[in-house]
Amino acid sequence: MLSMQNISMVYRTDTVETHALREFSLEVGEGEFVAVTGPSGSGKTTFLNIAGLLERFTSGKYLLDGKDVSSLSDSDTSKVRNEKIGFVFQGFNLIPDLNVFDNVDVPLRYRGFDTAERKRRIEGVLERVGLSSRAKHLPSQLSGGQQQRVAIARALAGEPRFLLADEPTGNLDSHMAESIMALIEEINAGGTTVIMVTHDPALAERAGRNVHIRDGQVSDVETDVQLVANA
Amino acid sequence: MFNYYLKLGWLSIRANPLLSTLMVLAIAIGIGASMTIITVNYAMSGNPIPHKSDQLFYVQLDSWDPNDTDEDSEPPDQVTYTDAMNLIEADRAYRQVASNRSGLVLEPENPDERPFTVDTRNTFADFFPMFDTPFLYGGGWDSSADDGLEHVTVLSRELNERVFGGEDSVGRSVRLNGMDFRVVGVLDEWLPMPKFYDVTNGAFDPSEELYIPFNVAIEYELPRNGNTNCWKRPEGEGFEAFLASECVWIQFWAELRDETEKREYMDFLNAYTEQQKALGRFGRPRDNRLSDVMEWMEAEQVVEDDARVMMGLSLLFLVVCLLNTIGLLLAKFMRKSGDISVRRALGASKRDVFTQHMIESGLIGLGGGLVGLGLTWLGLRGIHALFGEYVEHLVHLDGMMVLAAIALAVVSALAAGLYPTWQACRIMPASQLKTQ
Repeated sequence: MLSMQNISMVYRTDTVETHALREFSLEVGEGEFVAVTGPSGSGKTTFLNIAGLLERFTSGKYLLDGKDVSSLSDSDTSKVRNEKIGFVFQGFNLIPDLNVFDNVDVPLRYRGFDTAERKRRIEGVLERVGLSSRAKHLPSQLSGGQQQRVAIARALAGEPRFLLADEPTGNLDSHMAESIMALIEEINAGGTTVIMVTHDPALAERAGRNVHIRDGQVSDVETDVQLVANA
Repeated sequence: MFNYYLKLGWLSIRANPLLSTLMVLAIAIGIGASMTIITVNYAMSGNPIPHKSDQLFYVQLDSWDPNDTDEDSEPPDQVTYTDAMNLIEADRAYRQVASNRSGLVLEPENPDERPFTVDTRNTFADFFPMFDTPFLYGGGWDSSADDGLEHVTVLSRELNERVFGGEDSVGRSVRLNGMDFRVVGVLDEWLPMPKFYDVTNGAFDPSEELYIPFNVAIEYELPRNGNTNCWKRPEGEGFEAFLASECVWIQFWAELRDETEKREYMDFLNAYTEQQKALGRFGRPRDNRLSDVMEWMEAEQVVEDDARVMMGLSLLFLVVCLLNTIGLLLAKFMRKSGDISVRRALGASKRDVFTQHMIESGLIGLGGGLVGLGLTWLGLRGIHALFGEYVEHLVHLDGMMVLAAIALAVVSALAAGLYPTWQACRIMPASQLKTQ
């Protein structure tokens, strides 16, 4: 379903060449929950950006749902992002001028749904994340955990095949982090493929598979059986 | 999506009130300055009689000094009494009018009211149908009144209100320079701008208050107020000698309905010139001219070069204001790089980002246009305060200029928004999302 083969990502300046990913290969199957771990600067976020089509890579091959996405135009790339991928970021990344309802509405607008369909979907996902009563609130009027729930609702509104989460609990206290993780697990249980970047081993253990990245390469892969045994 | 982008633009403007206000003001000041000048130029250079300006021809005959050999020397912009009367008597045009400006003293019926001077035009019966003057009451006089030296007059609406309280005064009399004149018509509001039929005496002056037959003015030697130019002294003293002189002081117009009539009339003028040469006049090479209304406005430089330079400078000032706007827009859009990145991650293409920000630029332009209209109004009031009644009719914002101001503001803002929007489209979402 997600297949990266020998992906390399090199950032170049006039004097410096930085290899963020080197011959990086990974296969993620449908409905999997994959945690990506690794030290700072190992290439976790670069991997997630490439997986989410937010960055173009230097070389290699990337198949998403069996389709080569490495040479898509900007508008086609945007369409794939909009229809197949949902993002959850550490910093929530809600648009401060828009209320909860309108934040969740953003990807649906680009999808071209009519008003009734958008309303149905927004109300549905807000209900699912438990924020129906906060639809008219601005992000600044919500707690961190609530903001992340809005971000998750926004990611889910388009019913994506993939949920890419970059340190989704990094800015939350343990109570809220647990609540968000439970929500992500519930989403995965519903069939959505989840790839979560984290440096928290405890969270990584809750994934079905843990991919460890070091120096831009996959250094270790553990299945849930191994993770349980290690724990 | 257009409405959605409008909403986003409005939210963005509200989110940065200081920056937005600065941008709106920058555009508004540029629009205010340029539209003030453009409005005046527009009024000065408009076609005052568009439906027939190509059928009305100003007549120039080169009766000037044969010793004036300057190559740039133009034929005089008025004609002599001799030539005007010869052309009228020849009656070769569909309609023809000789006229000049005058000033008469009107004595009110009420002996308690003081006499006052009224701006007057001495003219012929064809003046009214030729220039399509609108009538409130009655009409113009007919040619028999010209020939019969009848004491008839047409009043302007304003004068009729002043003298007769706005009532239908047709058939009543007004006393002018000691003579009674019967009112045959009252004009409705008539303000050709420029006053094309006599640009030699103030192209932007209002129309006259009173019209009387030219022949009556000559018969009673009524005073003249307009320009008179002579290349040699009259041969003798008195009014008769002046009339027979080579002094030019009369404007002559001919209405020629098509090219054939125009060609035939020019042939007639050329033949007339040859005839006059045979009589010892017209010592210069033949240079007769027929200029339609807009050609005549151009030839007389009704819109002076200075005014054009001013307009250019005002547009340059608008460009300077737009350069400021570009900087402010760039700052604003770069501050929104986080939002733009989020939208890109959620499925917005570069085209979506471009459209959204161009619409926001257009909204700012619209705001600048509306505020600029207010500044334009203030600018025009300022010009009026500086130059007084002379520019009264040049300093009005009509519907066309209001639309032009708003369109100019929006187009300018869109132009200013191009570079910042292009930069916004180039934002790499991945670099911003992690740093949010």
